Amino acid sequence: MPLLCAFAAGLLFGAGLLLSGMADPAKVLAFLDVAGAWDPSLLLVMAGAIAVAAPAFAWARGHRQSMLDLPVQLPASSRVDQRLLSGALLFGVGWGLAGICPGPALVLVGSAVAEGLVFTVAMLAGMVLFELWRRHWGET
Amino acid sequence: MTIDWQTFTPLSSLVGGALIGLAAALLILLNGRIAGISGIVGGLLRPRSGEAGWRLAFVAGLLLSPLVFAQFAALPAARIETSHALLIGAGLLVGFGTRLGSGCTSGHGVCGLARLSPRSLAATLCFMVVGVTTVYIARHLLGGGAP
Repeated sequence: MPLLCAFAAGLLFGAGLLLSGMADPAKVLAFLDVAGAWDPSLLLVMAGAIAVAAPAFAWARGHRQSMLDLPVQLPASSRVDQRLLSGALLFGVGWGLAGICPGPALVLVGSAVAEGLVFTVAMLAGMVLFELWRRHWGET
Repeated sequence: MTIDWQTFTPLSSLVGGALIGLAAALLILLNGRIAGISGIVGGLLRPRSGEAGWRLAFVAGLLLSPLVFAQFAALPAARIETSHALLIGAGLLVGFGTRLGSGCTSGHGVCGLARLSPRSLAATLCFMVVGVTTVYIARHLLGGGAP
């Protein structure tokens, strides 16, 4: 059951990305291009997503177990630290260069878009590099 | 900031966003997990026991979503003008940065903000400003221009 639910969630998430145009890098870049022909769509995508997800997270805050009796795992920390901001900065640069972030990357792979595959392989490599960095220089 | 009314799609943005929110709601309500794609994928690199299954299932759903979507509507075009070299650079930065920063647009931007996380607000503001700045430099300062 949990596997089926996770699969369905992935399908819905991808459908949402496709319907909203967020799987089209040009549309995302048009949002980030505030000085150009600005497309504010991404703001509404986030507004719609947050509005629907907020009640679910409010529920989750008050429950230790999910509706399928699995542990609810919410991040414990609320500290804004250097790692968080450095990571966000690096991510922001990458995002601004291609207009692709992890979710759309996978949708592009599933759509058999060659550039999506190039990006995703590089993204996975970047994640592996982080694991190596963390093991050698970062704390656990 | 001049809004491009030709490309602005308010209705499909809201509905698509609502679907994304629904997916995140289902994942937290049923599986007790955050629908942050960088975290879901990143956690597959060194999965602890019991961690790989639901992540693979979610990723499978994402990968198959275009196929399912196409049964109901035409797949929107994916317009990419970025060179392979820049795609690789961008991918590396996104991969490393999302793991270092513990999240991305879905993890921080949707789930984090939906649960009123100050960390996610800071992260989201940061990558938004940096993303906007990066595009500004690339398109308007370095003369890359919009396609």
